[in-house]
Amino acid sequence: MAEQILLKNIDVPGLASFEVYRKLGGYSSVEKVLKDFTPDQVTSEVTKSGLRGRGGAGFPAGMKWGFIDKKTNNPRYFVCNFDESEPGTFKDRHIGQLNPHQLIEGMILGSYALGARNSYIYIRGELFYVLRIVEKAIEEAYKNGFLGENIKGSGYSLDLYCQPGAGAYICGEETALLESLEGKRGNPRIKPPFPAVVGLYGCPTVVNNVETIAALPWIINNGGEAYASIGIGNSKGTKLISACGHINKPGIYEIELGLPVEEFIYSDEYCGGIRYGHELKAVVAGGSSVPILPASLILKTATGEPRLMSYESLSEGGFVSGTMLGSGGFIVMDETTCIVKNLLTFAKFYHHESCGQCSPCREGTGWMEKILHRIESGHGTMKDIDLLVDISKHIEGNTICPLGDAAAWPVASAIRHFREEFEDHVKLQKCPF
Amino acid sequence: MPEKLDITEFNRETLDLVNKIIKRYPEGRQKSALLPVLHIAQAENQGWLSSETMEYVASLLEIQPIEVFEVASFYSMFNLQPVGNCVIEVCQTGPCMLKGSEEILAHFENRLGIKSGETTTDGKFTIKTVECLAACGNAPVIQVGTEYHENLTTQKADDLLEKWQAENKNSHTNPYL
Repeated sequence: MAEQILLKNIDVPGLASFEVYRKLGGYSSVEKVLKDFTPDQVTSEVTKSGLRGRGGAGFPAGMKWGFIDKKTNNPRYFVCNFDESEPGTFKDRHIGQLNPHQLIEGMILGSYALGARNSYIYIRGELFYVLRIVEKAIEEAYKNGFLGENIKGSGYSLDLYCQPGAGAYICGEETALLESLEGKRGNPRIKPPFPAVVGLYGCPTVVNNVETIAALPWIINNGGEAYASIGIGNSKGTKLISACGHINKPGIYEIELGLPVEEFIYSDEYCGGIRYGHELKAVVAGGSSVPILPASLILKTATGEPRLMSYESLSEGGFVSGTMLGSGGFIVMDETTCIVKNLLTFAKFYHHESCGQCSPCREGTGWMEKILHRIESGHGTMKDIDLLVDISKHIEGNTICPLGDAAAWPVASAIRHFREEFEDHVKLQKCPF
Repeated sequence: MPEKLDITEFNRETLDLVNKIIKRYPEGRQKSALLPVLHIAQAENQGWLSSETMEYVASLLEIQPIEVFEVASFYSMFNLQPVGNCVIEVCQTGPCMLKGSEEILAHFENRLGIKSGETTTDGKFTIKTVECLAACGNAPVIQVGTEYHENLTTQKADDLLEKWQAENKNSHTNPYL
């Protein structure tokens, strides 16, 4: 079993309480840092660890922190992106619900490194019951002197708050999240300037995902180099994979990056194979936005190498034969799955979630949904299939934020790898499934 | 349809909570409290945001009513029309679809005699389809108020409906409490 950095104590009863968490060594990284580390030393450990953003983009966390403008007299903010909404992804909820203090401990470390006096955890509104758990944990951290004025006599002060969203996938995009946190519509901002320069309330801000932040205490306790010794290539450390769909054991697994995909799907330690002994048909490996791959290409690369659960291996072959690790939302489909129908639900999702700022996305996502609906219900034409590809190309790269790309990639990849299935829908004038 | 109940103002306890939330942001940034306060206002106004409710929220946060409306109309959790006492939100996105969410939706629709987006004539139930609730490992999933119900089957759906009928379920409770 891989080193468990995030899920080690997840089954301990009462872990969400300060008392239990503290007994297991919780908050020791905060004591260590406040006593012995300058803020820049904390950043340096995170840079050394090679930790990459776990929300989906995989951007090196230490480098992101390094961009923060420390010369201004403006306040700086550290914000946690807990707007978990990427279809297939349900790992952050697990941390927030069962191990909120590890997230809070990470928030204190990040806030200290960046010099933030006020920090926020932005939680999707649907997860209000998790927000209440995190707020209770924050209250306990205050009571025990880990938040508030002059933490443990160090002279460092930090206030930490939870903020609910209200049902908008787009607020997982960091600039839309900041808009939302300012009480506005979640319209992404044009970058640059990046949040590290102009973020929350126009001040330097870093936004990190829950899983990224929850890994910080371990990195401080064990050192960045120890973290970097786990994993493979530029995929350092462990990653939470939330596995769902047609597998025997859906759930959240902490893997060492570099685990073979085949082992992840078929081993009893992880997904336990395909349900009812069915055949694997396809996988969406990193949340609904990433390209879908047929069984042959998810298990092995186009050159016949075993495919690994890592940033590099999953993207090997580019979009012709590869995909992305993304958020780690691993959606498995067996032989009974209609690719067109599954894609239709994603197209509907992106249409629903488009903020409407950019016309290629606002209009294009709706067109793709309509055309897919037409094909799935048996009224499509062969031209519709090419039209879908054409629309996806016109959306990709032509929008302010990556939602446009996220909507285009599933469509383009499904047609690339399963074109026959679309054609069957047209020929039969109905869904063959 | 449920009786139209426009809140004219929050009670003391709720106002204390709102003031506590406003203090979380820097001075002059009280607009940041808009989403949290709208959640509370919607719960207190039988699950929807009327113009009057939004105007009241605007006055509390010292912003223009249009600033409230443009936000309320953006986020899918805010209802701008009256809803039933118990709103059943059924996830329809890929991972739930793969595990039979269409059957669950059809079951609720048949049992209640309404379509998604509609409210029963007695005003007790509304069915709403929603996008991914981030609980895909336990699909299919529905949400009612701040509760998630996971690994749903038609049998579980029946049991829940029976329970909600018996207790006159109101899903519009202050999400902070």
